Formats: sequence, C-alpha cells, structure tokens
Amino acid sequence: MTERDNVMGAPDERGHFGDFGGRFVPEALMPACLELEEAFRDAWSDADFVAEYHTVLRQFAGRPTPVTPLPRLSKRLGLELFAKREDLAHTGSHKINNVIGQTLLTKRMGKPRVIAETGAGQHGVATATAAARLGLACTVFMGEVDTKRQELNVFRMELLGATVVPVTSGSKTLKDAVNEAMREWVTCVADTHYCLGSVMGPHPFPWMVREFQSIIGIEAAAQLSELGVGTPDAVVACVGGGSNAAGVFAGFAQSDARLIGVEAAGGAAVRSGSPGVLHGMRSLLLQDEFGQIEEAHSISAGLDYPGIGPEHAHLAATQRAEYYAIGDDDVLSALTLLSETEGIIPALETAHAVAWIAQEAGGLLPLGSSVLLNLSGRGDKDVAQVRAILRGEA
Amino acid sequence: MKSLEVTLRHVRDDGRKALVPYFVAGATPDWTRHVEAAVLGGADAIEIGVPFSDPMMDGVVIQEGALRSLERGTTLESICQELESLETEIPLLAMTYYNIFLHYGLSRAAGRLRDSGISGAIVPDLSLEESDEWRAACDESDVATVFLVAPSTPTSRLRDVAQRTQGFLYASARMAVTGGASDAGEGPRVVASLREVTDVPVYVGIGISTPAQAASAASFSDGVIVGSALVKIILDGATPSDVESFVRSFRGAID
Repeated sequence: MTERDNVMGAPDERGHFGDFGGRFVPEALMPACLELEEAFRDAWSDADFVAEYHTVLRQFAGRPTPVTPLPRLSKRLGLELFAKREDLAHTGSHKINNVIGQTLLTKRMGKPRVIAETGAGQHGVATATAAARLGLACTVFMGEVDTKRQELNVFRMELLGATVVPVTSGSKTLKDAVNEAMREWVTCVADTHYCLGSVMGPHPFPWMVREFQSIIGIEAAAQLSELGVGTPDAVVACVGGGSNAAGVFAGFAQSDARLIGVEAAGGAAVRSGSPGVLHGMRSLLLQDEFGQIEEAHSISAGLDYPGIGPEHAHLAATQRAEYYAIGDDDVLSALTLLSETEGIIPALETAHAVAWIAQEAGGLLPLGSSVLLNLSGRGDKDVAQVRAILRGEA
Repeated sequence: MKSLEVTLRHVRDDGRKALVPYFVAGATPDWTRHVEAAVLGGADAIEIGVPFSDPMMDGVVIQEGALRSLERGTTLESICQELESLETEIPLLAMTYYNIFLHYGLSRAAGRLRDSGISGAIVPDLSLEESDEWRAACDESDVATVFLVAPSTPTSRLRDVAQRTQGFLYASARMAVTGGASDAGEGPRVVASLREVTDVPVYVGIGISTPAQAASAASFSDGVIVGSALVKIILDGATPSDVESFVRSFRGAID
C-alpha cells in the first residue's frame, strides 16, 4: 500500500491520526468508548447494518443529494464550479448523515436514549429528528447564549420531543455544551449514547463520524464522473470541528484533487492554534500561553469551536489538505453572491467556503480550475441574523 | 517506589485512615492559609487543584472555584511559586487536566511540581493508554501519577490501572463528576474488586460531603478525598479557622 492509499484510512488501534487523536477521557468513560468502538467496528462491517443506514438515508433523509453545476458563478469567477447539495438533505445540512448512523448504532447497542451537544442547533435538531424517527429519548445540551441566539432551533428540538438543557457554565457556548454533555454521559453511560456532532472527541468518534459522513464524498465523486468532470482540481469545504469537510474529503483523499478546508478567522484552529488536549482528543486548539482554552468568535455559531477534528490536524501536518481562514465581512458578501447568482442561500458556515473560492479565483485557484464546493447547509436558519446585519441592526 | 507511595503506605501501616482534602489553588487570595489550616485539622495529604478552563470531570462547585481562580490570574507557575513558601510535612498532589502539563512541557512540569514540594499528580482526563509520556516525565522527578477507577471499570481493566497507579488508587464511588453525588454508592464493590488485584492504598472520592459519609467510606477503604464540600465553604467565605474545623470534623469521624 502506498502512502496515498492510506490517506484518510482508519486511525491506529488507539485512535491516532499521526500525532493527533487518541482518547483523553476520565476512566469512567473509557469502558463506554471501548464499547462504542467495538460496536461500531462490528456494525460497520455488517452488511445488514450498512444497508439499513443507506435505506434510512434514502427514504428519510433525501439522499443522494445532487451535485449542481454553478454556471453563473463559474462565469463570474472564471472557474468551473460544482456544489454538493447537502443543504437539500433533511433538516437542512449534512448533520443528518452522522446522526442517522449513530442513532442506528444506539439502537443496536440496546440503549434507549441519546444525548448531544449543539452550537447553532443544527446538530441538536438533527439528533432530535433521528431520535424521534427511531423512538429514542433525546436530551440536547446547548450553551445558554446559543439558546437565546437560536431560539427557533430550541423550539424545533422541543417540537421533535427532545429536552433542551441550557448550559450556564464557562462561556455558555458550544465548548461548554460539550463539557456538560460529557459530564452528563459519566452519570448515565450504561443506558445512554453520546451522539457527538463532529469529527472530534475521543476515539472512535472522529473516525466513526467521518465514516458516517464519507457518503458525501463517495456520492460526489461518482456524480462528478457522471457529469464528465472526473476528478476536480480542488474540493473546498468549511471547517468548524470539520465533519462536512472530512466527509467530502474522504471521497477524494486518494485522488489528485487538492483538499481545502476553510475556517472562520475567529476560530481558526489550524491557522492560529497549537497542539493540545481537549474534549477527549489531542488536536490543534485555540489556547493561551498557559494552556487555557480560548473562546472562538465567528458570525456563524456552527464554526464557533476552539478546536478542529484530529484527522484534520493530521491532514494539515502532512500537507495532504490545506487550510485557510475567512473573516466575517467576506462571509456576508459571499452569502449574497451565491444567493443572487445561483438561487441558493447557503448557511453562514458554508458561505466561508464560498468566500474563499471567490477570493482565490485566479489566485490560489488558477483560472479555469474545476472546483467542488461542499454546500454543507442551507441558510434558512441564518436569514434573520443576516437581515439584521445587512440592515445595520446587529 | 515513589516517595509519595512510601509515605502513604506508612500512613496505612500505622493503622490510620488517610484524609485528603482538595483545594482549588488560587480560588481566594489566602488559599495557602486554607491549606495550612487543613494540615492543622488533620489532613494526611492535600490535593491542589490547578484550574483549567474546561474541567470536564468537575461539577458546578469546583467549576466555580476554577473560574474564580482563573479570573484572579492563577497559573501553574504562580501556584508553584506560592507553594514554595508553604511549610508542611505532608504530601501535596496536583490535580489538573492534561493540557496544563502538556502546554508547560511534560518534563518541565514534573520538575516544577517536585521543586515546589508536590510529589504526586492526578490527571483525570489522562487515560492509562495515553499516559506513557507523562509517566516517563514523572519518573525523572519522583512525582507519582495517581490513576482513577470508576464503578464502570471492568475487572480486567482494574488490574491494569492498579499496576500503573503510584501512591494510591483513586476509587470513584459513583458514576458522577465531582460534587455530583452524596453517598458511598458502589464504593464497597469497587474497593473489594481492587483488593483482589492490588495492595496499593485505595482512597475513595466523589460523593463524600459529610463526616458520616467519610466514616462510612473509610470503613471499607484506606482513605477518603473531600473536594466539593470543602471548596463550597471556601467559596462561601470560610476563614482558615473554619477550614480547620471542617477538616477536624472529618478527621474525628474517620478515626
């Protein structure tokens, strides 16, 4: 096997991707992590489980999502652009792929309940959705600040039968919601699965979540072939924890395509972070000179995370993927650009990837390049915020 | 054998149940006075909590203590400096999360702990599987690494953890974070299982908030750790003399 063949393969037996990953959790949670790893390995090699996962994605979540050529924006930028339409998946983003996988696994492990963390609420809504579909009890931890910023998503989760617990510790945002979900998991690990929302946390989560999201890249590679495009020159995705990027990268890791992750400038763990341990993993983190974790700041709550998944840290270290950062101002103009030229209102998170493409057309992306944009989510959740900002009310 | 374990085995051999109070270093300006008061009150060792921004294994009381301490500008370095002027014969242990040591540099951190009189470390998010580098760093400086076990730890794992812990084994009596429960829970079962695989001292923590609970836990173990209940009175304004009385009440109950 060549080195390239092993890019985005399985981590080592203790969950390391190169120098990153691993399992840094309290002993109380170790048995649960070990049990989960065994259950995932078993399920993922069981044709019946995999078939059920694909069936639910097809019948319930709206897969496969299409690849849409973006002719007007392509012409504007001098590129050949295509979008993988995760915004068209049920609940409005790629998050559903992971939660379908994890909730099916929860049933298989015989656990009747899931807990989850959420920032903007997308993963919380997706988890509540899958839990309702499969008859699981669901509790979602959400920073108190975020419950106010994203009131409607709190209501959505409640409509779906979930309990939303506002988290009042620390900065009262996503990283604290993760802390609180971990603390809760310690008390109820026997009957509860922690449905983590990104390619982060202790092994096996980063690997498992990437596997459940890899359907994005696998579908997209086949769809681009059908369109006669073949391997694109670049695959571009926004990165918070990094699950949509990991999912789409997985379909192109062994190809010659450049893999490009776009972080929020205020939460750019690769660009501004350093190695450390948080939330069960060794990865790149925003932290001060004493190792205290810093808060991320972004216009998009979904990228408001001070770390990045360990596999991304590894892809950055080995230079298989490139990571860049985009500031809040460029995000809004990218959102309106895609809306006006292609009739697609992207999520603010996704708009970071659009902004980078627009900025680098003719620069880091040579004119004429073929580019696959992972359109990770739709902007419906953000329109009130965007309206307020564009009208100067925020 | 690390110095910490030699000392704590002596405590047990003397027929004495160990009492280990926990403090959040820097939570109040006079925190080292609280530590001294605990020694006077009859502590056998002290856990010095080094605050971390994201204390995954701690409940609301210790989270609040850590937050207050960080707001006061506490760092690992400032704690070590303050401890240098503390005169005590009993062992001190640092309790913190791995990122603090990792960021300071593992060998440098272990050396700094030793130089400030700390002979042991408890790192709740450092799993056995990831601990090789840290334990090697501690070996250079005679710092003992204390591991935890929980009611969820299977018997096969208990043996592995018991083989690697130094000083004592921290047995969590409940499936809870600190301050999250208030009885001995599964402590007797966990300790009994440990007795079958190790002769290292076993101390019980998590879920001990009153002298009566401490007495109950001490009856089936070698010692008790009192954290959140003590941090609570300090956050509520306890004086060193209040702390001494608090610790003395636990001492009386377990003797």
